Amino acid sequence: MSESAANGSLLEVESLSKFFDGVPAVEDVSFEVRRSETLGIVGESGSGKTTLVRAILRAIDPDRGIVRFNSSTGWVELQDMTPKELIPLRREMQMIFQDPFASLNPRMTVREILEEPLIIHRVGSATQRLEAVRDMLAHVQLEEDSLTRYPHAFSGGQRQRIGIARALILRPNLVVCDESVSALDVSVQAQIINLLEELQNELGLTYLFVAHDLSVVQHICDRVLVMHRGRVVESGTVDEIFETPKEPYTRLLLSAVPSPDPDVPLKPLDRSELGL
Amino acid sequence: MTDTVLKVRDLAVDFKTDLGTTHALVDVGFDMPRGKVTAIVGESGSGKSVTANCIMRLIQPPGRIVAGTIDFSPVRMDPFEITSLGKRDPRLQELRGGLISMVFQEPMTALSPVYTVGNQVAEAILCHRKVGRKQAWQEAAEMLERVGIDDIDRRIRMYPFEFSGGMRQRVVIAMALVCHPEVLICDEPTTALDVTIQAEILTLIRDLQKELSNSVLFITHDIGVVAQLADQVVVMYQGRVLEIGTVRQVLKTPMHPYTRGLLAAIPGLAPKGVPLATIASVVGDADIEKPYPLITLRDGRQVSLPRDQVQGAVA
Repeated sequence: MSESAANGSLLEVESLSKFFDGVPAVEDVSFEVRRSETLGIVGESGSGKTTLVRAILRAIDPDRGIVRFNSSTGWVELQDMTPKELIPLRREMQMIFQDPFASLNPRMTVREILEEPLIIHRVGSATQRLEAVRDMLAHVQLEEDSLTRYPHAFSGGQRQRIGIARALILRPNLVVCDESVSALDVSVQAQIINLLEELQNELGLTYLFVAHDLSVVQHICDRVLVMHRGRVVESGTVDEIFETPKEPYTRLLLSAVPSPDPDVPLKPLDRSELGL
Repeated sequence: MTDTVLKVRDLAVDFKTDLGTTHALVDVGFDMPRGKVTAIVGESGSGKSVTANCIMRLIQPPGRIVAGTIDFSPVRMDPFEITSLGKRDPRLQELRGGLISMVFQEPMTALSPVYTVGNQVAEAILCHRKVGRKQAWQEAAEMLERVGIDDIDRRIRMYPFEFSGGMRQRVVIAMALVCHPEVLICDEPTTALDVTIQAEILTLIRDLQKELSNSVLFITHDIGVVAQLADQVVVMYQGRVLEIGTVRQVLKTPMHPYTRGLLAAIPGLAPKGVPLATIASVVGDADIEKPYPLITLRDGRQVSLPRDQVQGAVA
């Protein structure tokens, strides 16, 4: 363990499994995440991406396996912790959700939304909290007059900025982005991707980036896990996965992406290698 | 018979609400060549779906077509103008699902949960043609097989919830094609699907279009999908048409700053470590909010730009 800490690991997952009514949703998944990197998790719907990250964050309880997190007080194992023990760790692990319309409380102002995590974790005085809220608002490039407005007054892209600010206000180390740019138009998506990358550099964030859009993953990730039917079928650097994929399933997934070049035609998918 | 199946001119749609009037479409015009795939591409709110709904006469209050014409020249009927059809005009019934049919984004919403897939495809036939139940059922089975549903004797009696997302979309496509429409409108038909299933559905639509040589209007925000399917591309923004051209013209040498921005914002094409181009950064000082009439250029494409900017290229 001390060895991996020297390598700068932030998270180590070992043989993680989660079953729903006996059906494996995630089975025997192992990987590690290094500090300040972006690890992409790709796969089709039902491949277990979201279940995996939810089990890591203990939003659901994993059935088997170990999740080691390098917290500010040293290495801890998350899988057996009580909800109470997890509370201080929640500050260090946050999530940015897919749908900025569903993930913000419509009856709270932006200030209330951003201040709530600080109040829950008893961070700072009222003045310090407002200062932190203003500072985070500037980080996500929203105007200060946003503070008194409600989520409905914002566009999808602006709402996603609020969601990002809410996740980052506790200054977490690990940020899980679950399809965080999937619901956005391409122009807004580009702005949010750029923002996530800027914030990563400024704040030294580590991202677990769940996405089904392979072009987004190729742009933003350093390493990638490819999931299929609850298992990791291949992992590697983004270049290894995209340039020289080894597994038939990875090749199938990549070949399915329609090229924006009309002279590169889409070939019929070949599932024969997979026995599907 | 002309080789233009649909001719849209000066189409304008307003939505009147308590907060004022929204101009959903402003002077929209384009031609749909017969037997080809025309793609309308744009972001949300650009008016893509509203345009399709105008063609099907599906605009509902508070929305209203306030100006413009849609001339339709089918092969098996005399040409007529769509926006002026009366509510009881029999041609309106014939238009919807007969001459023109539509495939929607969400196959689960487009299908009824309480009828078998066979029933729903057969119903489409019985609505539009004078054939018996038995023959309708027979033709439904044939069409379902054609869109790639196997084990048909068993599957035809199954309900939509027993099908996967990709198979449901195949059923919707079968329903849309079973009356041999002259125009097939696909409104984001693969957006809700996984990329592998999307690839299969795109291949299916492309193969069927070649086989049946019908005209397809394909609405999408995905440039990759446009590149793979379209012959002609119409770029829309804020209810207006900004650029029309062949797929190679629009995707390889876009002329309008907005089109250039739309293409530049696709991740995956950009080098790693460099921030993505945003539409705003590509558009720069160009004023894309200001409407200019479409100008036809020598190479046949049309673009909404000030005349002095395209002087050399004008036809």
